Amino acid sequence: MRLTDKPATGKPNLEVYSETLMELAGRDSDILVVTSDSRGSGKLIPFAEKFPGQIVEVGIAEQNLVGISAGLASCGKKVFATSPSCFLTARALEQIKNDVAYSDFPVNLVGISSGVSYGALGSTHHSLHDIAALRAINNIVIVVPADNYETRMAVKAAAASDKPFFLRFGKRPLPHLYGEEGHFEIGRANVITQGNDIAVVACGEAVAPAAGAAQLLYNEGVNVRVISMHTIKPLDRETLIRAASECRGMITVEEHSVYGGLGEACAGVLMEEGISVPFRRVGIPDEYTVTGSQQEIFNHYGISPGGLAGMIRSMLEVTASGGRG
Amino acid sequence: MGYSDRKLEQISARMRLDLLRYIKLAGAGHTGGDLSCIDILNVLYNDVLNVSPGAIDDADRDRYIQSKGHSVEALYVVLASKGFFPESDLETIGRYRSHYVGHPTRKVNGIEFNTGALGHGLSISAGIALAGKMDKRSYRVFTMLGDGELAEGSNWEAAMFAAHNRLDNLVAILDHNNLQITDKYSRVCNPSPIDEKFKSFGWGVTNVDGHNIKDLRRVLSNVPLSEGLPTLIIADTVKGRGVSFMENVLKWHHGVPDDAQYEAALKELEERLSELSA
Repeated sequence: MRLTDKPATGKPNLEVYSETLMELAGRDSDILVVTSDSRGSGKLIPFAEKFPGQIVEVGIAEQNLVGISAGLASCGKKVFATSPSCFLTARALEQIKNDVAYSDFPVNLVGISSGVSYGALGSTHHSLHDIAALRAINNIVIVVPADNYETRMAVKAAAASDKPFFLRFGKRPLPHLYGEEGHFEIGRANVITQGNDIAVVACGEAVAPAAGAAQLLYNEGVNVRVISMHTIKPLDRETLIRAASECRGMITVEEHSVYGGLGEACAGVLMEEGISVPFRRVGIPDEYTVTGSQQEIFNHYGISPGGLAGMIRSMLEVTASGGRG
Repeated sequence: MGYSDRKLEQISARMRLDLLRYIKLAGAGHTGGDLSCIDILNVLYNDVLNVSPGAIDDADRDRYIQSKGHSVEALYVVLASKGFFPESDLETIGRYRSHYVGHPTRKVNGIEFNTGALGHGLSISAGIALAGKMDKRSYRVFTMLGDGELAEGSNWEAAMFAAHNRLDNLVAILDHNNLQITDKYSRVCNPSPIDEKFKSFGWGVTNVDGHNIKDLRRVLSNVPLSEGLPTLIIADTVKGRGVSFMENVLKWHHGVPDDAQYEAALKELEERLSELSA
């Protein structure tokens, strides 16, 4: 697949989230948005203007946000509890665990401005723990969409599901990774580019730079299999195992701490399956992030087409010389 | 419904006996807090709440959320007495693979939410109350809070939200027994004056003797206190109420009587039941 065939830019996933909700809310009055003073950063002002009866404001109170949402969901409301991911998943973790997941009510928890979207605002506002924290909680589906198409499909899937969901969105405009005929299924990864040299498994906004690296290397005759692992839980073991078996190495890429996120989830599956393959996790290392814009932070940690291409080349050199990464 | 005050007092006495029996059998339980809130639960389920085992999914049913989830044994006894599940199920409390665990879970018929981590019930209840307002339903939401639990900040988030949204279908009942696991609440992190705090947040507040059946019936049946305001009922109670050596004694926050204590407790509770039945 040639990425150059795809449109260059799309919208921020957050905007697509809001648009999709408006589409759903127009048909279903049980759709509710609950926010913690975050309708602006959640791109939900048009929603609030069009559906004033379907938005609930709790103020800056994330624990209450999640408890209220659970109560509403227990009465049949289809709730999208929207809040900056850093606060939602840390301050309200116990409410997520008990009121939503353990009590088993289908609240859709929407972490906005996730990862290092807030860039220069610093580490208080970076959400690099959310996937790790929620992976350890039973009974919650974790989806990190890579582009506008995945976002639209994920929001619709969450609205239709009777399970608790966590959806994680960033702020920047994203390239389209799919044509209009894309396939999307919760729990089933999508292969963005075909190739058997190195598999790059990525999620969210890290998929686009991975695809960019594949593009750069394609011109050098290297075929990279880029996989959008949009569903972190339940993880698509089958696609992962096939990629690890068919490719010479695997790199995971995520806008998250390397601890407890996508990379460790993938590594766990491969270990359990007895598959040994050169493997590298790319994400934010065990440190508070450098200052800068999201793009600068990405570049700093190698989450860029050039950075990832370099890692892929070096992994190929190691495997060519008989090493094991 | 339709019980006399005297009959409800007998029912409370019987429930206390059952409670002790099941706690002894389970070898675990939050005995003191169970005994402090059981009169409130008795009045709620026998006189106030529109709930029944045959209509547990009825959209118009009243909701009861027990935020102080550690007193679940009292709730189990009350729900069993109302026929939500066979009383014999209570013999499995705390046993391997039993649904009757030490904090409320929805696996038990009649329990609406999984609770027990403190400071959750008021937010959940406010959400349910808001849904009721949105859907123009007539149900009320009753939630029981512990006084030690008020140190959790989420309560105050929910208190603000409930008043802001004029949730007068929400009734919080404070099991005000003055003790938490470490000490008197006033010596741990004093929430006083609780009434003034809630009033300043925009709630209607009243006090009641949490062991006086007649007063509980009167107060719990006349909510909201003010139209447009959520209601807080501060029920003054005694931890360990009904078993003299447990009353106001910190160590009975949780704990199981030994055989001699158990016999003494049963004797006292049986005498009380006989008095009321005479």
